[in-house]
Amino acid sequence: MRELELYFGPQHLGMVGNFSITLKVEGDRILEATANPGYLHRGFEKLMELRTWIQNFPLVCRINVVEPDPMEMVYAMAVEKLANIEVPERAHYIRSVYLELSRVSSHLFGLWAYSNMLGFDTVAQWAMYHRDLILDLFEELTGGRVYHIYIWPGGVRRDFPEGFKDRIVNTLHSIGGCVPDYDSTFFNNRLFYDRAKDIGKITREDAKKLGAMGQVLRATGVKYDVRKVESYAAYDSIDWDVHTREDGDAYSRIWVIRNEMIESVHMIFKLLDAMPQGKAYSKVLNPFKWKIPKGEAYVRIESSRGELGLYMVSNGGDKPYRVNFRTPSYTHGLTILERLLKDASIADVGNIMISLYVVAPEIDR
Amino acid sequence: MMEKLEKNKGSFLGAFKAIRFLWKRPKTLRYPFEPKEPALRYRGFHLNDWDKCTGCGNCADICPNEAIEMVEIPELASKPKEGIKNERPRLDYGRCCFCGLCVDICPPGSLSLSRDYFHIHFDTDTFTFIPKDEKLDNEHFFPAEEYSVLKASLSHRKKDYEGFSSDLEYSLFEPERVPMPEVRPEARKLSFIEQVIGYSKEEAKKEASRCLECRLCEEACPAHLKISDYIRAIYEDKPEESLKKIFEDNPIPAICGRVCMKYCEDACSLSIRGEAVAVRWLKRYVADIIGDYKTALELKPGKPTGKKVAVIGAGPGGLSVAYFLRLKGHEVTVFDSLPGGGGTMRIGPPVYRLPIEAIDQDVDYIASLGVEFRFNTTVGEDLLFEDIRRDYDAVYLGIGTTRSNSTRVKNAEKCLLALNFLEDNKLGRAVEVGEKTVVIGGGNVAMDVARVALRLQNIQHPGKEIMTQTVSLEDWDIMPAKEDEIEEAKEEGIRFNPAWGPKEVVLGEEGEVKGLQCVKVKSVFDEQGRFSPTFYEDKEMFLEGNMIIEAIGQRTDFSFIPEELFAKLEFTERRKVKVDENGQTTIEKVFAGGDIVNTNLDAVTAIADAKIAAEGIDRHLSS
Repeated sequence: MRELELYFGPQHLGMVGNFSITLKVEGDRILEATANPGYLHRGFEKLMELRTWIQNFPLVCRINVVEPDPMEMVYAMAVEKLANIEVPERAHYIRSVYLELSRVSSHLFGLWAYSNMLGFDTVAQWAMYHRDLILDLFEELTGGRVYHIYIWPGGVRRDFPEGFKDRIVNTLHSIGGCVPDYDSTFFNNRLFYDRAKDIGKITREDAKKLGAMGQVLRATGVKYDVRKVESYAAYDSIDWDVHTREDGDAYSRIWVIRNEMIESVHMIFKLLDAMPQGKAYSKVLNPFKWKIPKGEAYVRIESSRGELGLYMVSNGGDKPYRVNFRTPSYTHGLTILERLLKDASIADVGNIMISLYVVAPEIDR
Repeated sequence: MMEKLEKNKGSFLGAFKAIRFLWKRPKTLRYPFEPKEPALRYRGFHLNDWDKCTGCGNCADICPNEAIEMVEIPELASKPKEGIKNERPRLDYGRCCFCGLCVDICPPGSLSLSRDYFHIHFDTDTFTFIPKDEKLDNEHFFPAEEYSVLKASLSHRKKDYEGFSSDLEYSLFEPERVPMPEVRPEARKLSFIEQVIGYSKEEAKKEASRCLECRLCEEACPAHLKISDYIRAIYEDKPEESLKKIFEDNPIPAICGRVCMKYCEDACSLSIRGEAVAVRWLKRYVADIIGDYKTALELKPGKPTGKKVAVIGAGPGGLSVAYFLRLKGHEVTVFDSLPGGGGTMRIGPPVYRLPIEAIDQDVDYIASLGVEFRFNTTVGEDLLFEDIRRDYDAVYLGIGTTRSNSTRVKNAEKCLLALNFLEDNKLGRAVEVGEKTVVIGGGNVAMDVARVALRLQNIQHPGKEIMTQTVSLEDWDIMPAKEDEIEEAKEEGIRFNPAWGPKEVVLGEEGEVKGLQCVKVKSVFDEQGRFSPTFYEDKEMFLEGNMIIEAIGQRTDFSFIPEELFAKLEFTERRKVKVDENGQTTIEKVFAGGDIVNTNLDAVTAIADAKIAAEGIDRHLSS
């Protein structure tokens, strides 16, 4: 049969984000896939070298449009580590609640993308609506819906407004009340099973070898989560579980996402209960005088797509000398995607890609 | 349940459960007919309270997108002394990312973000915008009932719609000062120990780190010291560099670091909602920690010009003019009647505020540059003014005010005069104080006098009941003394009688002082703002005291200038010596500055005058 080269994206309907894949196909079968990032390269890492420590704080969240909050967190943690800044206990709790809210909102967004791709438009609409309810919470807490610009070195930018705890609980209860609907319509739907089972399957060994993280790794049965392995914020002060599945296919990955969302909601309730009083920000130096001693730091956290790392070097100046992000989509969207697309059918490209939850801006930065 | 679900492949029939949602109300808002109210902390367009805004420009400096520019508003007043620039931020909404860092760095808290976020316009210039608030801009802000989201834009905004606003606890600056270690009032009133102990290196660095470098202080300082630069050098632990910066404009940091009137701190943008950066104490820290200026500064006198300048008066102005002219290579001789340098600084500020050693530290350095000092030399007595004028190429008058004024009430000749009292005390002559002392005056000198008197009372009358009180025409709100001086005096136990005027010094049978009869003040100034006190003649009070000191101002003694020459000397309306832009008086070759020229009557203004005069003299000598 004739070999063809197909361009999948960036204008393809099945493509989410500014990203493209070049497929070498023979009939319906993909012989080779090459990921083409670069459509969203904004040069953030270089830009950050030109801005002061505090000026980078509104910038860093923009690296990931879908889930800006872990970016803020990882930046704050790196600066805190380099500058030796003590974060108040309450700020740790607020940060954890905030990051878990962000995880739920990001997973709902992923669920929207995935169910939409499969043609489950109703579920997609629900997920989008429920994500919006969480964005309302973010707006109330931080003043912004998408770019919250909230976690900054030293703590968080403002404390909870009055009655905010109750509103978090109410919102999460109303979203949680819809889980049976989601289950019957989507997760326990035979159509989903048939469409996702054994698609984009990766073995545990391959997953480890190729640097898979987050739900991609956990769907192969590896109990690995940075929140447990190298706890940060207030995660070690509450009890919670890491959810895994065994099969390593798209079906398992989406199920891990579902269970993680529910776990996150429970974590938020526990965190809110245990949250101490006190101040939520310990002042950093005045930004016009702020220099950070020479040194380098690597920090990592668990974003909703896997391990997010930041390597930062300071040469003692008022700006970072070098920053480099290790983003989960980088491995998922390049090496793993290319591997999983091999021998897959053209119809499954979107399915596999979205089940890996690749967020293109993370790859490009 | 989880296990069950896992084995369950599910049924596609389950999806039909979703059908019931068909009969539910849609969740989507029909925008704009069903508008969504933004959250209370929403980060929308800027609001700026122009009454609070100081034009410091910190918002423009921190903006990561360079979206803020400071523009001059000519119709606004610029008051450097009060720390207000006539500049206001202008936003470029093509660049703004609504992060709100400008709000968190705003020292007066004037800048905030509103909940408005709509602006649709075909003219891109409208996206550049100088934010105001509804107080100033009634045209573009509408009450809720007149506001329509359909018209929403930068020129159609809602009133009372503040969003993300400033919170001191989460601000990007430190509003509180590093406390200055001081001797406690109970201990310091018993002796003349220096009250302020001085910052340690860590404290100084921490205090220096608070400075936002907006330079409002530099405009407020009469001598325009490069304050931001020398504070930055302290923060970077480079005291030598800091001292070099100070010496560019001020050669007496040990003196000014203790007794400066600190216009800079009044102007500091941090002082509005917090405490000003301790500029004065930081200057003192540099002077103290270096001690020996010579090695740190490496300054050398300029190439000899062969010109000779005489400076009369070794006060702050005289010292400065000598220093600046010496650096230009002129030969400078300073004459003073006192046994050492410093002028009023040597006799006025009590030892607990300004020790003699600190004065000598500055004077000795200026002498080491080759300035000749002739102390114990009174011009007019030991040598004649005409001779000086003849022998030197230029003469600088930095003679200040050396004679205390008297109230001239009945029996006022029985009172002591402030400067004589302070001088005797500071130069180590024995001064005897009574157990009950009354000080007339409400200025800084009166505070000094009262606090010295209290210390002497504590030393001379231990265990006895002592009392020092002041009586001033001015009420609390217009008392001319600095607030912290008043506060410290109160802490030490000095009693105040504001808004009382002296009427008569009451004498005993043997002519000894018994006390002061006072009368209640109605007003101090007349409608034109001139000094013209009026009294309630029927409200009187008697203050008991066996010693009364008058501290109601000083005047200049011009008697050393021969009459025919003095006749040439012109004065301004405010009875100050008239000088031109070069600092030159109406007498040829004679320049002047300091208290006889300006109305501020302090050291740093004298330095500012000296800078002008030094340039003027230099031009005069090289022409």
